[in-house]
Amino acid sequence: MRNYVLKRLGLAVVTLLVILLALFLMLELMPGSPFNDEKITQAQRAVLDAKYGLDQPVFNRFVHYIKAMLSGDFGVSYVIQKNMPISAMLEARLPVSIQIGFQAVLLGTAIGLLLGIVAALKHNSFADSLTTFISVIGVSFPSYVFALALSYFLGWKLKWFPLLYSSAAPFVSTVLPTIALSMFTIATVARFTRSEMIEVLSSEYIRLSESKGVGSARLIIVHALRNALIPIITVLAPLVVALMIGSLVIEQIFAIPGIGSLLVTAIQINDYNVIIAVSFLYSIMFIAIMLAVDILYGVIDPRIRLAKGEKHG
Amino acid sequence: MGNPVQSFTGGDFELAGNSERAQMDHTYTSQSYGRDAFLRFKANKGAVFGLVIIIIISFFAAFGPMMNEHTYKSINIKHKSLPPRIEGLENFFIFNGVANGVNAYEQKGLTDVYYIFGTDTLGRDLWTRTWEGTRISLYIAVIAVAVDMIIGMCYGLVSGYFGRSVDNVMQRFIEILSGIPNLVIVTLLIVVLKPGFVTVTLALMITGWIGMSRVARAQILKLKEQEFVLASRTLGAGHFRIIFKDILPNIFGQIIIMSMFSVPSAIFTEAFLAFIGLGIPQPMASLGSLISESFKSMTIYPYMIVAPVFVLALLMLSFNLLADGLRDALDPKMKES
Repeated sequence: MRNYVLKRLGLAVVTLLVILLALFLMLELMPGSPFNDEKITQAQRAVLDAKYGLDQPVFNRFVHYIKAMLSGDFGVSYVIQKNMPISAMLEARLPVSIQIGFQAVLLGTAIGLLLGIVAALKHNSFADSLTTFISVIGVSFPSYVFALALSYFLGWKLKWFPLLYSSAAPFVSTVLPTIALSMFTIATVARFTRSEMIEVLSSEYIRLSESKGVGSARLIIVHALRNALIPIITVLAPLVVALMIGSLVIEQIFAIPGIGSLLVTAIQINDYNVIIAVSFLYSIMFIAIMLAVDILYGVIDPRIRLAKGEKHG
Repeated sequence: MGNPVQSFTGGDFELAGNSERAQMDHTYTSQSYGRDAFLRFKANKGAVFGLVIIIIISFFAAFGPMMNEHTYKSINIKHKSLPPRIEGLENFFIFNGVANGVNAYEQKGLTDVYYIFGTDTLGRDLWTRTWEGTRISLYIAVIAVAVDMIIGMCYGLVSGYFGRSVDNVMQRFIEILSGIPNLVIVTLLIVVLKPGFVTVTLALMITGWIGMSRVARAQILKLKEQEFVLASRTLGAGHFRIIFKDILPNIFGQIIIMSMFSVPSAIFTEAFLAFIGLGIPQPMASLGSLISESFKSMTIYPYMIVAPVFVLALLMLSFNLLADGLRDALDPKMKES
């Protein structure tokens, strides 16, 4: 087990370095410069380059960059808010994104589990068809379609919820984005829970506990659900990706001042320190979650770690 | 357990029965794998529906833009922001040219003008633009399958077949690559290159094939120790022949299933990029960019967004249904209960 965890950790570190290198090199190759003003003379340009360390050799800048990144210093923004430290921008925006992402995961998993369990218990009933319908719809429509539909009908027509985010009402104004963002989670979790539960419910040990007289609530929650949940951990990866991508669009639609909308703005106006910082942040979150999932999975299911840390599926 | 002796009456027992869990044995006449798969596919209503819808959408994507005199970039300011109106269906409530209680056609004196999906705020025909956009989504679908087939399949086959250090190196590479979020790769590509066709295609090429290579590798690991491979090797077949002529036909079903599942996510990626304004540049249109444009005027002209959203959703739904159906048809063992 220790070897397995160490190996996963090593891979995560290498991945992180590769990402840093890629971020750095690709921005080196990028056309254009942060100083897009044509009125700048050669001499002024040289002064600016020296000030921001852009005249150093590539390797030096890279080493310096890794040190800075790991200590949480992402440099300053060149364009969005001139000379504003990016770490301060992220500090202000990250909680909003995390709040919405967290709400979406919570809502999505709760409803998804509920739908999946009900569908599995009432196999081939109306509830089952409804779950299948919801999971097909949730996977087929991009999250922005839900966002648009929600903001048009519930926000604009019925005026139940505000159309845009406001920091004065951080809960009410995030209801619509949360629902839109959680649709994919609901669909995926419901689908997996349903098929896992059906399989577990027809297994020998459930029939044994049933004939021993275990109460139905206890049977479902303690005996069936716990075993059905193990494979569901594997779908966490696509869920995290979907949430990250979804947040970009959702934050755009509801004007939420999070890191997703920051990244989009930064790409559009070429603010490359911000692009690097946000990409790096996304990568760290992604790698950390993947690492946690892999280790968790190894802890729960001994077959995984016995297979020399071979990736499952 | 507290009261050891209980008296039971007949009514306390009921037959648990096995009717719900009974397994019926079926006997089949022998038939080829292909015919078997075809019959299973045909019996799956969702999959057939998906296939039909994809064919219909492809037809309109191919010929829709030619069906009227407008092109995707022809601007007619006099005809701007017209709601949908179809000749002969004027009394039908969504195609009567009335939006917000006003008939924009009569107001502008254009009684003999018809736009099936209406026009956008610049007076471009939304029918033509929607189908032009659909072309791009279908192009992305083709690219996704091609990338899966060419890069993913070959990578997985080679890695699984040779095993040992080759496999080790190739798998570590994949693990590192899959540790990088897709979003970051796409972001960097867009920053370095210009947004457009090439960027989206490249983004798909870099990461789209990882899932496929894992499937191909897992399959070849199962098969490469089998007798028919040994027989082929004994007869002097080279590695290339064993991989592509002997093993590949046996796992092709899995490969097709996997590549079908990658289509919706590829279309989704393009639509997402277009929506945040990093996709196909104007005046070209993709479904995502059409949705994004009409989103800006959604509260005033809600009808503009209907056609692209509808086509995109239908396309994604159909590909999902088709992929599910193909999986059930080609590999009944994997069928979800």
